[in-house]
Amino acid sequence: MHAAILLFPGTNRERDMARALEVAGAPAPVFVWHRETTLPAGLDLVILPGGFSYGDYLRSGAMAARSPILEAVRRFADQGGMVLGVCNGFQILTEAGLLPGALMRNRDLRFICRCVGLRVERTDTPFTTRYAAGAVLSVPVAHHDGNYTADDDTLARLEGEGRVAFRYCDAAGVVSDATNPNGSRGNIAGIVSENRRVLGMMPHPENLVEPALGGIDGRPLFESLLEALP
Amino acid sequence: MKAKVHITLKPGVHDPQGRAIGGALSHLGFTGITGVRQGKVIEIDLDETDRKRALEAVDGMCKALLANPVIETYAIELS
Repeated sequence: MHAAILLFPGTNRERDMARALEVAGAPAPVFVWHRETTLPAGLDLVILPGGFSYGDYLRSGAMAARSPILEAVRRFADQGGMVLGVCNGFQILTEAGLLPGALMRNRDLRFICRCVGLRVERTDTPFTTRYAAGAVLSVPVAHHDGNYTADDDTLARLEGEGRVAFRYCDAAGVVSDATNPNGSRGNIAGIVSENRRVLGMMPHPENLVEPALGGIDGRPLFESLLEALP
Repeated sequence: MKAKVHITLKPGVHDPQGRAIGGALSHLGFTGITGVRQGKVIEIDLDETDRKRALEAVDGMCKALLANPVIETYAIELS
């Protein structure tokens, strides 16, 4: 598996992401600066890590989504390449139009930094094959703008096509308004593209990949990637 | 020429910031508020003197970056 991790001014989770790949047994990724206009040849996976690209100015992810490297990412995705965007990476993917919807200010206006319950909704994506269907994870979130929204038609399409990968839930897997940390429609924490090869999610699986970090609930995501891209 | 771009949330898009502002205004004793929506204003100085061309240019900027059509609408004011 040949992975690239993109770097924007203000990205801060790139090393966590590299560590998660290492723990899963993947080869070391390459880091690609946002001003590049092409991706390295032979790439299997592009990762947009978390952080605060451009200080979240204008809208979270808005400026990064218009940087030169995103055109290369768009071409890569159009050709069936796999893309993972976490937190700010998810915001960038929606701003770039690679995933539908938008991530707005959290419902209670607070920055949320804690572990949340996450239910695995799909195990038929290359990001989630190593999870059990309906598995309940505890994964950290750290965001101010994680309130997923989309118009009714888009939401119906996402649900109808089974493209909601993760939902916020409680420890028992119950999805309700009370278990929704940020006001996201449908408790949506992560979605995939139509071809299921682009995943955007707000929680940080890369921060829960070894016992020293408090758990390993995030590790199967990276192991799934390795399985899909041997 | 100066362009003022008013960016507002589309009707129906939940606006937690607007709601918080409304709540704070009520706490301060202001009554009769039936809704608050928060947007943003972006001022752009242009060397263009033709209104039509200026409008086209700024409209292009709104579509390319300034507004997110998923959640926002915009209005352009030239002076």
